Amino acid sequence: MADGLLQVESLVVRYGPIVAVREVSLRVEQGEIVALLGANGAGKSSFLNAVAGLVPPASGRVVFRGEEIQRLAPEQVVRRGIALTPEGRRVFPRLSVADNLRLGAVPQRDRASLERARERVFELFPVIRQRLAQSGGTLSGGEQQMLAIGRSLMAGPELLLLDEPSLGLAPILVDQIFELVERLREEGTTILLVEQNVHRALEVADRAYVLVNGVVEREGPAAELRASAEIERAYLGIGVSE
Amino acid sequence: MIVLADVAQEAIQQAINALSLGSTYALLALGLAMVFSILGLVNFAHGELVTVAAYTMYLLNEEDVSFAVQVPAAIAAAAIAAILMERIAFRPLRGQSFLTLLFASFAISVIIQNIFLAAISPRQKGVRLPDLFNEAIHVGSYTIGWLQVITTATCLAALLVLTVFLRRSTQGLGMLAAAQDFQVARLMGIPANRVIAAAFAISGALAGVAAIFILARRGTVEPGMGFVPVLKAFIASVIGGLGSLTGAVAGGFVLAAIEVGLDASLPNDVLGFRDAFALAIVIAILYFRPEGLLTRPAEAR
Repeated sequence: MADGLLQVESLVVRYGPIVAVREVSLRVEQGEIVALLGANGAGKSSFLNAVAGLVPPASGRVVFRGEEIQRLAPEQVVRRGIALTPEGRRVFPRLSVADNLRLGAVPQRDRASLERARERVFELFPVIRQRLAQSGGTLSGGEQQMLAIGRSLMAGPELLLLDEPSLGLAPILVDQIFELVERLREEGTTILLVEQNVHRALEVADRAYVLVNGVVEREGPAAELRASAEIERAYLGIGVSE
Repeated sequence: MIVLADVAQEAIQQAINALSLGSTYALLALGLAMVFSILGLVNFAHGELVTVAAYTMYLLNEEDVSFAVQVPAAIAAAAIAAILMERIAFRPLRGQSFLTLLFASFAISVIIQNIFLAAISPRQKGVRLPDLFNEAIHVGSYTIGWLQVITTATCLAALLVLTVFLRRSTQGLGMLAAAQDFQVARLMGIPANRVIAAAFAISGALAGVAAIFILARRGTVEPGMGFVPVLKAFIASVIGGLGSLTGAVAGGFVLAAIEVGLDASLPNDVLGFRDAFALAIVIAILYFRPEGLLTRPAEAR
Protein backbone atom coordinates (compact mmCIF):
# COMPACT_ATOMS: atom_id res chain seq x y z
CA MET A 1 0.00 0.00 0.00
CA ALA A 2 1.48 3.33 -1.10
CA ASP A 3 1.15 5.66 1.84
CA GLY A 4 -0.09 9.12 0.83
CA LEU A 5 0.36 12.27 2.86
CA LEU A 6 -3.21 11.73 4.03
CA GLN A 7 -4.74 8.29 4.05
CA VAL A 8 -8.35 7.89 5.16
CA GLU A 9 -9.72 4.38 5.55
CA SER A 10 -13.39 3.43 5.92
CA LEU A 11 -14.32 6.63 7.69
CA VAL A 12 -17.82 6.70 9.19
CA VAL A 13 -19.36 9.91 10.55
CA ARG A 14 -22.62 9.74 12.39
CA TYR A 15 -24.83 12.39 13.97
CA GLY A 16 -27.02 10.39 16.31
CA PRO A 17 -29.00 8.01 14.11
CA ILE A 18 -28.06 9.84 10.89
CA VAL A 19 -25.08 8.52 8.98
CA ALA A 20 -23.41 11.37 7.08
CA VAL A 21 -20.33 9.52 5.82
CA ARG A 22 -20.32 5.73 5.22
CA GLU A 23 -16.98 3.97 5.01
CA VAL A 24 -15.26 6.54 2.83
CA SER A 25 -11.65 5.86 1.92
CA LEU A 26 -9.55 8.56 0.33
CA ARG A 27 -5.90 9.29 -0.30
CA VAL A 28 -4.07 12.55 -0.88
CA GLU A 29 -0.46 12.49 -2.08
CA GLN A 30 2.07 15.17 -1.26
CA GLY A 31 1.72 18.11 -3.66
CA GLU A 32 -1.64 17.06 -5.07
CA ILE A 33 -4.90 18.94 -5.41
CA VAL A 34 -7.69 16.47 -4.71
CA ALA A 35 -11.31 17.49 -5.22
CA LEU A 36 -14.15 16.05 -3.19
CA LEU A 37 -17.38 16.57 -5.09
CA GLY A 38 -21.00 15.88 -4.42
CA ALA A 39 -24.45 17.38 -4.04
CA ASN A 40 -25.59 19.19 -0.90
CA GLY A 41 -25.84 16.76 1.97
CA ALA A 42 -23.56 14.21 0.34
CA GLY A 43 -21.27 14.29 3.37
CA LYS A 44 -18.40 16.38 2.01
CA SER A 45 -18.23 18.86 4.90
CA SER A 46 -18.74 16.12 7.46
CA PHE A 47 -15.78 14.32 5.94
CA LEU A 48 -13.52 17.38 6.16
CA ASN A 49 -14.71 18.15 9.68
CA ALA A 50 -13.89 14.60 10.74
CA VAL A 51 -10.39 14.83 9.25
CA ALA A 52 -9.84 18.15 11.05
CA GLY A 53 -11.02 16.66 14.35
CA LEU A 54 -14.16 18.77 14.76
CA VAL A 55 -16.38 15.70 14.58
CA PRO A 56 -15.12 12.46 16.12
CA PRO A 57 -15.60 9.69 13.55
CA ALA A 58 -17.74 6.72 14.56
CA SER A 59 -15.16 4.39 13.01
CA GLY A 60 -12.36 4.30 10.48
CA ARG A 61 -8.82 5.58 10.40
CA VAL A 62 -7.27 8.89 9.42
CA VAL A 63 -3.52 8.63 8.91
CA PHE A 64 -1.47 11.75 8.32
CA ARG A 65 2.26 11.35 7.63
CA GLY A 66 2.10 7.88 9.07
CA GLU A 67 0.37 8.91 12.30
CA GLU A 68 -3.19 8.00 13.24
CA ILE A 69 -5.02 11.23 14.02
CA GLN A 70 -8.70 10.26 14.08
CA ARG A 71 -8.83 10.52 17.88
CA LEU A 72 -7.15 13.93 18.06
CA ALA A 73 -8.91 17.20 18.91
CA PRO A 74 -8.91 19.97 16.29
CA GLU A 75 -6.35 21.97 18.25
CA GLN A 76 -3.99 18.99 18.02
CA VAL A 77 -4.72 18.22 14.35
CA VAL A 78 -3.74 21.74 13.29
CA ARG A 79 -0.42 21.30 15.09
CA ARG A 80 0.26 18.18 13.01
CA GLY A 81 0.07 20.33 9.84
CA ILE A 82 -3.56 20.16 8.67
CA ALA A 83 -5.56 23.41 8.47
CA LEU A 84 -9.26 23.59 7.63
CA THR A 85 -10.83 26.71 6.11
CA PRO A 86 -14.44 26.05 7.04
CA GLU A 87 -17.49 26.51 4.89
CA GLY A 88 -18.98 29.99 5.16
CA ARG A 89 -15.52 31.54 5.89
CA ARG A 90 -16.33 32.06 9.58
CA VAL A 91 -13.87 34.85 10.25
CA PHE A 92 -14.17 36.24 13.77
CA PRO A 93 -16.53 39.14 13.03
CA ARG A 94 -15.79 41.29 16.07
CA LEU A 95 -12.02 40.86 15.98
CA SER A 96 -9.72 42.90 13.78
CA VAL A 97 -8.24 41.39 10.63
CA ALA A 98 -4.82 41.53 12.31
CA ASP A 99 -6.16 39.59 15.31
CA ASN A 100 -7.81 37.05 13.02
CA LEU A 101 -4.43 36.41 11.43
CA ARG A 102 -2.69 36.32 14.79
CA LEU A 103 -5.08 33.61 15.94
CA GLY A 104 -4.31 31.56 12.84
CA ALA A 105 -0.68 31.61 13.93
CA VAL A 106 -1.33 30.14 17.38
CA PRO A 107 0.29 26.79 16.42
CA GLN A 108 3.45 28.54 15.14
CA ARG A 109 6.39 27.90 17.41
CA ASP A 110 9.00 30.42 16.37
CA ARG A 111 8.88 34.05 15.42
CA ALA A 112 10.71 33.72 12.12
CA SER A 113 8.26 31.26 10.58
CA LEU A 114 5.39 33.37 11.89
CA GLU A 115 6.79 36.42 10.11
CA ARG A 116 7.28 34.41 6.94
CA ALA A 117 3.69 33.18 7.07
CA ARG A 118 2.45 36.71 7.58
CA GLU A 119 4.46 38.06 4.65
CA ARG A 120 3.23 35.23 2.47
CA VAL A 121 -0.40 36.03 3.31
CA PHE A 122 0.17 39.71 2.46
CA GLU A 123 1.81 38.71 -0.81
CA LEU A 124 -1.07 36.42 -1.75
CA PHE A 125 -3.74 38.88 -0.59
CA PRO A 126 -2.44 42.45 -0.79
CA VAL A 127 -5.90 43.72 0.17
CA ILE A 128 -5.61 42.06 3.59
CA ARG A 129 -2.68 44.29 4.50
CA GLN A 130 -4.85 47.36 3.93
CA ARG A 131 -7.62 46.00 6.11
CA LEU A 132 -5.59 45.02 9.19
CA ALA A 133 -7.30 47.41 11.59
CA GLN A 134 -10.85 46.72 10.39
CA SER A 135 -12.97 44.16 12.17
CA GLY A 136 -13.52 40.92 10.28
CA GLY A 137 -17.26 41.39 10.06
CA THR A 138 -16.90 44.58 8.00
CA LEU A 139 -15.07 42.88 5.11
CA SER A 140 -16.82 41.94 1.87
CA GLY A 141 -17.57 38.29 1.19
CA GLY A 142 -14.55 37.90 -1.07
CA GLU A 143 -12.26 39.61 1.40
CA GLN A 144 -13.59 37.42 4.20
CA GLN A 145 -12.80 34.33 2.15
CA MET A 146 -9.28 35.59 1.55
CA LEU A 147 -8.89 36.33 5.24
CA ALA A 148 -10.22 32.88 6.14
CA ILE A 149 -7.73 31.19 3.82
CA GLY A 150 -4.95 33.53 4.93
CA ARG A 151 -5.75 32.73 8.55
CA SER A 152 -5.43 29.01 7.81
CA LEU A 153 -2.10 29.62 6.07
CA MET A 154 -0.75 31.39 9.16
CA ALA A 155 -0.41 27.99 10.80
CA GLY A 156 1.96 26.96 7.98
CA PRO A 157 -0.03 23.83 7.07
CA GLU A 158 1.28 21.06 4.87
CA LEU A 159 -2.26 20.05 3.97
CA LEU A 160 -4.99 22.63 3.49
CA LEU A 161 -8.62 21.54 3.61
CA LEU A 162 -10.81 24.02 1.75
CA ASP A 163 -14.56 23.73 2.27
CA GLU A 164 -16.54 25.44 -0.51
CA PRO A 165 -14.13 28.38 -0.94
CA SER A 166 -15.95 29.79 -3.99
CA LEU A 167 -19.48 29.54 -2.59
CA GLY A 168 -21.46 32.76 -2.88
CA LEU A 169 -18.66 34.74 -4.54
CA ALA A 170 -18.88 36.91 -7.67
CA PRO A 171 -17.46 35.20 -10.81
CA ILE A 172 -14.32 37.32 -10.85
CA LEU A 173 -13.59 36.34 -7.25
CA VAL A 174 -14.27 32.70 -8.06
CA ASP A 175 -11.52 32.96 -10.70
CA GLN A 176 -9.18 34.43 -8.10
CA ILE A 177 -9.90 31.63 -5.63
CA PHE A 178 -9.12 28.91 -8.16
CA GLU A 179 -5.96 30.72 -9.28
CA LEU A 180 -4.99 30.88 -5.64
CA VAL A 181 -5.53 27.17 -5.16
CA GLU A 182 -3.15 26.43 -8.05
CA ARG A 183 -0.61 28.89 -6.77
CA LEU A 184 -0.66 27.43 -3.26
CA ARG A 185 0.04 24.01 -4.70
CA GLU A 186 2.93 25.37 -6.76
CA GLU A 187 4.35 26.81 -3.56
CA GLY A 188 4.21 23.43 -1.89
CA THR A 189 0.87 23.19 -0.06
CA THR A 190 -1.16 20.05 -0.65
CA ILE A 191 -4.89 20.71 -1.02
CA LEU A 192 -8.07 18.76 -0.43
CA LEU A 193 -10.86 20.81 -1.97
CA VAL A 194 -14.60 20.47 -1.39
CA GLU A 195 -16.52 22.29 -4.11
CA GLN A 196 -19.97 22.59 -5.60
CA ASN A 197 -18.42 24.23 -8.66
CA VAL A 198 -17.65 20.92 -10.33
CA HIS A 199 -16.22 22.23 -13.61
CA ARG A 200 -13.77 24.59 -12.00
CA ALA A 201 -12.77 22.10 -9.35
CA LEU A 202 -12.03 19.44 -11.97
CA GLU A 203 -9.94 21.95 -13.92
CA VAL A 204 -7.52 22.56 -11.06
CA ALA A 205 -7.60 19.14 -9.41
CA ASP A 206 -5.33 16.20 -10.15
CA ARG A 207 -7.78 13.64 -8.90
CA ALA A 208 -11.33 13.71 -7.62
CA TYR A 209 -13.79 11.73 -5.56
CA VAL A 210 -17.55 11.95 -6.03
CA LEU A 211 -19.62 11.44 -2.90
CA VAL A 212 -23.27 10.43 -3.10
CA ASN A 213 -25.21 9.92 0.11
CA GLY A 214 -22.04 9.50 2.10
CA VAL A 215 -20.51 6.89 -0.20
CA VAL A 216 -17.70 7.29 -2.78
CA GLU A 217 -19.53 6.71 -6.04
CA ARG A 218 -16.62 7.47 -8.37
CA GLU A 219 -12.98 8.35 -8.11
CA GLY A 220 -10.18 8.90 -10.56
CA PRO A 221 -8.01 11.43 -12.37
CA ALA A 222 -9.78 14.74 -12.77
CA ALA A 223 -9.30 14.66 -16.55
CA GLU A 224 -11.17 11.38 -16.75
CA LEU A 225 -14.07 12.62 -14.67
CA ARG A 226 -14.18 15.82 -16.66
CA ALA A 227 -14.60 13.80 -19.84
CA SER A 228 -17.60 11.93 -18.52
CA ALA A 229 -20.07 14.76 -18.78
CA GLU A 230 -22.84 12.75 -17.27
CA ILE A 231 -21.38 12.81 -13.77
CA GLU A 232 -23.07 16.02 -12.86
CA ARG A 233 -26.42 14.84 -13.97
CA ALA A 234 -26.02 11.43 -12.47
CA TYR A 235 -24.58 12.36 -9.11
CA LEU A 236 -24.62 16.04 -8.51
CA GLY A 237 -27.97 17.23 -9.78
CA ILE A 238 -28.64 19.78 -12.48
CA GLY A 239 -27.56 23.35 -12.12
CA VAL A 240 -24.28 22.81 -10.34
CA SER A 241 -22.13 23.40 -13.40
CA GLU A 242 -21.99 27.18 -13.11
CA MET B 1 -31.12 78.74 41.62
CA ILE B 2 -31.13 76.83 44.84
CA VAL B 3 -33.78 74.46 43.53
CA LEU B 4 -31.77 73.88 40.39
CA ALA B 5 -28.63 73.17 42.37
CA ASP B 6 -30.63 70.70 44.44
CA VAL B 7 -31.87 68.93 41.33
CA ALA B 8 -28.34 68.80 39.93
CA GLN B 9 -26.98 67.48 43.18
CA GLU B 10 -29.72 64.88 43.40
CA ALA B 11 -29.00 63.80 39.81
CA ILE B 12 -25.28 63.48 40.48
CA GLN B 13 -25.88 61.50 43.65
CA GLN B 14 -28.17 59.14 41.79
CA ALA B 15 -25.71 58.83 38.92
CA ILE B 16 -23.03 57.79 41.39
CA ASN B 17 -25.39 55.25 42.93
CA ALA B 18 -26.22 53.87 39.49
CA LEU B 19 -22.55 53.69 38.57
CA SER B 20 -21.57 51.75 41.66
CA LEU B 21 -24.53 49.38 41.47
CA GLY B 22 -24.06 49.01 37.73
CA SER B 23 -20.39 48.17 38.03
CA THR B 24 -21.26 45.31 40.40
CA TYR B 25 -23.92 44.03 38.00
CA ALA B 26 -21.46 44.41 35.14
CA LEU B 27 -18.89 42.15 36.79
CA LEU B 28 -21.50 39.46 37.43
CA ALA B 29 -23.04 39.73 33.98
CA LEU B 30 -19.64 39.63 32.33
CA GLY B 31 -18.76 36.37 34.08
CA LEU B 32 -22.08 34.85 33.10
CA ALA B 33 -21.72 36.03 29.50
CA MET B 34 -18.17 34.75 29.25
CA VAL B 35 -19.16 31.21 30.15
CA PHE B 36 -22.31 31.41 28.03
CA SER B 37 -20.53 32.68 24.94
CA ILE B 38 -18.01 29.85 25.03
CA LEU B 39 -20.07 26.93 26.31
CA GLY B 40 -23.65 27.91 25.51
CA LEU B 41 -24.35 27.42 29.21
CA VAL B 42 -26.35 29.79 31.39
CA ASN B 43 -24.69 29.00 34.69
CA PHE B 44 -27.31 29.61 37.33
CA ALA B 45 -24.82 28.46 39.93
CA HIS B 46 -22.94 31.69 39.18
CA GLY B 47 -24.69 33.28 42.17
CA GLU B 48 -23.22 30.62 44.44
CA LEU B 49 -19.76 31.86 43.50
CA VAL B 50 -20.78 35.11 45.20
CA THR B 51 -21.93 33.04 48.18
CA VAL B 52 -18.63 31.13 48.31
CA ALA B 53 -16.65 34.38 48.28
CA ALA B 54 -18.89 35.99 50.92
CA TYR B 55 -18.69 32.97 53.25
CA THR B 56 -14.92 32.91 52.81
CA MET B 57 -14.86 36.47 54.12
CA TYR B 58 -17.24 35.55 56.92
CA LEU B 59 -15.11 32.61 58.03
CA LEU B 60 -11.87 34.58 57.90
CA ASN B 61 -13.61 37.43 59.72
CA GLU B 62 -14.52 35.05 62.53
CA GLU B 63 -10.83 34.15 62.81
CA ASP B 64 -9.92 37.84 62.96
CA VAL B 65 -7.91 37.63 59.77
CA SER B 66 -7.23 41.08 58.40
CA PHE B 67 -9.40 42.52 55.65
CA ALA B 68 -6.36 42.78 53.36
CA VAL B 69 -6.11 38.99 53.43
CA GLN B 70 -9.87 38.37 53.29
CA VAL B 71 -10.26 40.09 49.93
CA PRO B 72 -7.75 38.10 47.86
CA ALA B 73 -8.79 34.92 49.67
CA ALA B 74 -12.44 35.50 48.77
CA ILE B 75 -11.64 36.18 45.11
CA ALA B 76 -9.40 33.11 44.94
CA ALA B 77 -12.05 30.95 46.63
CA ALA B 78 -14.67 31.97 44.07
CA ALA B 79 -12.28 31.36 41.18
CA ILE B 80 -11.35 27.93 42.53
CA ALA B 81 -15.01 27.07 43.11
CA ALA B 82 -15.76 28.02 39.51
CA ILE B 83 -12.94 25.84 38.18
CA LEU B 84 -14.13 22.92 40.31
CA MET B 85 -17.70 23.38 39.07
CA GLU B 86 -16.47 23.04 35.52
CA ARG B 87 -14.24 20.05 36.21
CA ILE B 88 -16.68 18.10 38.33
CA ALA B 89 -20.06 18.98 36.87
CA PHE B 90 -19.89 20.61 33.46
CA ARG B 91 -16.98 18.86 31.75
CA PRO B 92 -18.63 15.41 31.87
CA LEU B 93 -21.71 17.03 30.29
CA ARG B 94 -19.82 18.79 27.50
CA GLY B 95 -21.80 18.75 24.28
CA GLN B 96 -25.08 17.92 25.99
CA SER B 97 -28.21 19.96 25.34
CA PHE B 98 -28.80 23.45 26.66
CA LEU B 99 -31.45 22.15 29.06
CA THR B 100 -29.21 19.43 30.48
CA LEU B 101 -26.56 22.01 31.27
CA LEU B 102 -29.13 24.40 32.69
CA PHE B 103 -30.52 21.76 35.04
CA ALA B 104 -27.01 20.77 36.06
CA SER B 105 -26.31 24.37 37.01
CA PHE B 106 -29.50 24.49 39.10
CA ALA B 107 -28.43 21.29 40.82
CA ILE B 108 -25.00 22.71 41.63
CA SER B 109 -26.65 25.84 42.96
CA VAL B 110 -28.89 23.83 45.31
CA ILE B 111 -26.02 21.61 46.46
CA ILE B 112 -23.77 24.56 47.33
CA GLN B 113 -26.57 26.35 49.16
CA ASN B 114 -27.22 23.23 51.20
CA ILE B 115 -23.57 22.81 52.03
CA PHE B 116 -23.52 26.26 53.63
CA LEU B 117 -26.87 25.62 55.24
CA ALA B 118 -25.70 22.41 56.85
CA ALA B 119 -22.11 23.34 57.61
CA ILE B 120 -22.64 26.87 58.90
CA SER B 121 -26.20 27.96 59.48
CA PRO B 122 -29.44 28.61 57.63
CA ARG B 123 -29.57 31.98 59.40
CA GLN B 124 -28.01 35.24 58.36
CA LYS B 125 -24.61 35.90 59.87
CA GLY B 126 -23.16 39.34 60.26
CA VAL B 127 -19.78 40.21 58.80
CA ARG B 128 -17.84 43.13 60.19
CA LEU B 129 -16.29 45.17 57.43
CA PRO B 130 -13.83 48.08 57.68
CA ASP B 131 -15.48 51.26 58.98
CA LEU B 132 -14.40 53.05 55.84
CA PHE B 133 -17.30 51.42 53.97
CA ASN B 134 -19.77 53.31 56.15
CA GLU B 135 -18.07 56.67 55.91
CA ALA B 136 -18.68 59.41 53.40
CA ILE B 137 -16.59 61.95 51.60
CA HIS B 138 -17.76 65.54 51.49
CA VAL B 139 -16.81 67.41 48.37
CA GLY B 140 -18.29 70.87 48.50
CA SER B 141 -21.99 70.29 49.00
CA TYR B 142 -21.81 66.69 47.80
CA THR B 143 -21.78 63.68 50.03
CA ILE B 144 -20.47 60.51 48.49
CA GLY B 145 -20.25 57.21 50.31
CA TRP B 146 -16.82 55.59 50.30
CA LEU B 147 -18.54 52.34 49.48
CA GLN B 148 -19.82 53.77 46.22
CA VAL B 149 -16.45 55.19 45.31
CA ILE B 150 -14.52 52.03 46.11
CA THR B 151 -17.09 49.83 44.39
CA THR B 152 -17.01 51.85 41.21
CA ALA B 153 -13.24 52.23 41.16
CA THR B 154 -12.53 48.57 41.86
CA CYS B 155 -15.08 47.20 39.41
CA LEU B 156 -13.95 49.53 36.65
CA ALA B 157 -10.33 48.60 37.35
CA ALA B 158 -11.25 44.90 37.13
CA LEU B 159 -12.99 45.51 33.81
CA LEU B 160 -9.96 47.41 32.55
CA VAL B 161 -7.49 44.69 33.53
CA LEU B 162 -9.69 42.07 31.92
CA THR B 163 -10.07 44.10 28.73
CA VAL B 164 -6.31 44.53 28.42
CA PHE B 165 -5.81 40.81 29.02
CA LEU B 166 -8.45 39.86 26.44
CA ARG B 167 -7.27 42.31 23.80
CA ARG B 168 -3.50 42.09 24.18
CA SER B 169 -2.48 38.60 25.23
CA THR B 170 -2.69 35.65 22.87
CA GLN B 171 -4.47 33.66 25.56
CA GLY B 172 -7.06 36.43 25.96
CA LEU B 173 -7.50 36.81 22.23
CA GLY B 174 -8.09 33.08 22.05
CA MET B 175 -10.88 33.49 24.60
CA LEU B 176 -12.51 36.30 22.62
CA ALA B 177 -12.27 34.16 19.50
CA ALA B 178 -13.74 31.17 21.31
CA ALA B 179 -16.59 33.38 22.50
CA GLN B 180 -17.39 34.30 18.91
CA ASP B 181 -16.92 30.90 17.27
CA PHE B 182 -15.74 28.09 19.50
CA GLN B 183 -15.25 25.52 16.74
CA VAL B 184 -13.17 27.79 14.56
CA ALA B 185 -11.12 28.87 17.56
CA ARG B 186 -10.25 25.20 18.07
CA LEU B 187 -9.35 24.90 14.38
CA MET B 188 -6.88 27.72 15.02
CA GLY B 189 -5.19 25.57 17.64
CA ILE B 190 -6.71 27.14 20.73
CA PRO B 191 -7.09 24.37 23.31
CA ALA B 192 -10.73 23.91 24.29
CA ASN B 193 -10.16 22.73 27.84
CA ARG B 194 -7.79 25.52 28.72
CA VAL B 195 -10.09 28.21 27.31
CA ILE B 196 -13.10 26.82 29.16
CA ALA B 197 -11.21 26.51 32.45
CA ALA B 198 -9.94 30.07 32.04
CA ALA B 199 -13.44 31.36 31.32
CA PHE B 200 -14.74 29.75 34.52
CA ALA B 201 -11.77 31.00 36.55
CA ILE B 202 -12.30 34.55 35.33
CA SER B 203 -16.06 34.40 35.87
CA GLY B 204 -15.36 33.18 39.41
CA ALA B 205 -12.81 35.89 40.13
CA LEU B 206 -15.19 38.58 38.87
CA ALA B 207 -17.98 37.15 41.01
CA GLY B 208 -15.55 37.23 43.94
CA VAL B 209 -14.82 40.92 43.42
CA ALA B 210 -18.55 41.66 43.11
CA ALA B 211 -19.22 39.62 46.25
CA ILE B 212 -17.08 41.92 48.38
CA PHE B 213 -19.33 44.84 47.53
CA ILE B 214 -22.56 42.88 47.70
CA LEU B 215 -21.48 41.84 51.18
CA ALA B 216 -20.52 45.40 52.05
CA ARG B 217 -24.03 46.57 51.11
CA ARG B 218 -25.96 43.91 52.99
CA GLY B 219 -23.54 43.27 55.85
CA THR B 220 -24.57 39.65 56.27
CA VAL B 221 -24.13 36.25 54.64
CA GLU B 222 -26.80 33.58 54.16
CA PRO B 223 -26.95 30.45 52.03
CA GLY B 224 -29.42 31.85 49.49
CA MET B 225 -27.67 35.19 49.04
CA GLY B 226 -26.51 34.34 45.51
CA PHE B 227 -29.97 34.19 44.00
CA VAL B 228 -30.70 37.89 43.52
CA PRO B 229 -27.23 38.67 42.12
CA VAL B 230 -27.38 35.90 39.50
CA LEU B 231 -30.86 36.99 38.51
CA LYS B 232 -29.71 40.57 38.02
CA ALA B 233 -26.66 39.39 36.12
CA PHE B 234 -28.84 37.27 33.86
CA ILE B 235 -31.20 40.17 33.17
CA ALA B 236 -28.24 42.47 32.50
CA SER B 237 -26.66 40.05 30.04
CA VAL B 238 -29.98 39.56 28.26
CA ILE B 239 -30.38 43.32 27.95
CA GLY B 240 -26.92 43.54 26.40
CA GLY B 241 -27.45 40.54 24.16
CA LEU B 242 -26.72 37.16 25.72
CA GLY B 243 -23.23 36.06 24.75
CA SER B 244 -21.88 39.52 24.00
CA LEU B 245 -19.23 40.50 26.54
CA THR B 246 -19.41 44.24 25.94
CA GLY B 247 -23.18 43.89 25.92
CA ALA B 248 -23.16 42.27 29.36
CA VAL B 249 -21.20 45.15 30.84
CA ALA B 250 -23.47 47.72 29.18
CA GLY B 251 -26.52 45.75 30.30
CA GLY B 252 -25.29 45.86 33.90
CA PHE B 253 -25.09 49.65 33.83
CA VAL B 254 -28.43 49.99 32.04
CA LEU B 255 -30.19 47.76 34.57
CA ALA B 256 -28.67 49.70 37.48
CA ALA B 257 -29.68 53.01 35.92
CA ILE B 258 -33.25 51.76 35.55
CA GLU B 259 -33.36 50.57 39.15
CA VAL B 260 -31.82 53.67 40.64
CA GLY B 261 -34.00 55.87 38.45
CA LEU B 262 -37.11 54.07 39.65
CA ASP B 263 -35.94 54.24 43.28
CA ALA B 264 -35.64 57.99 42.96
CA SER B 265 -38.81 58.66 41.03
CA LEU B 266 -41.42 56.12 42.14
CA PRO B 267 -43.86 57.26 44.82
CA ASN B 268 -43.40 55.54 48.16
CA ASP B 269 -46.53 53.42 48.03
CA VAL B 270 -45.48 51.63 44.85
CA LEU B 271 -41.76 51.48 45.61
CA GLY B 272 -42.21 47.89 46.72
CA PHE B 273 -42.98 46.98 43.14
CA ARG B 274 -39.76 48.48 41.85
CA ASP B 275 -38.46 45.24 40.39
CA ALA B 276 -41.72 44.69 38.54
CA PHE B 277 -41.39 48.15 36.98
CA ALA B 278 -37.74 47.49 36.18
CA LEU B 279 -38.56 44.21 34.47
CA ALA B 280 -41.38 45.86 32.53
CA ILE B 281 -38.84 48.33 31.16
CA VAL B 282 -36.48 45.46 30.33
CA ILE B 283 -39.29 43.71 28.46
CA ALA B 284 -39.98 46.93 26.57
CA ILE B 285 -36.29 47.19 25.60
CA LEU B 286 -36.26 43.60 24.40
CA TYR B 287 -39.49 44.16 22.48
CA PHE B 288 -37.72 46.75 20.35
CA ARG B 289 -34.26 45.14 20.42
CA PRO B 290 -34.85 41.40 20.74
CA GLU B 291 -31.16 40.65 20.13
CA GLY B 292 -30.16 42.91 22.97
CA LEU B 293 -28.77 46.41 22.92
CA LEU B 294 -25.34 45.76 21.51
CA THR B 295 -25.76 42.69 19.37
CA ARG B 296 -26.37 43.32 15.70
CA PRO B 297 -28.80 40.81 14.22
CA ALA B 298 -26.21 39.36 11.83
CA GLU B 299 -23.89 38.60 14.70
CA ALA B 300 -26.48 37.17 17.04
CA ARG B 301 -25.60 33.67 18.04
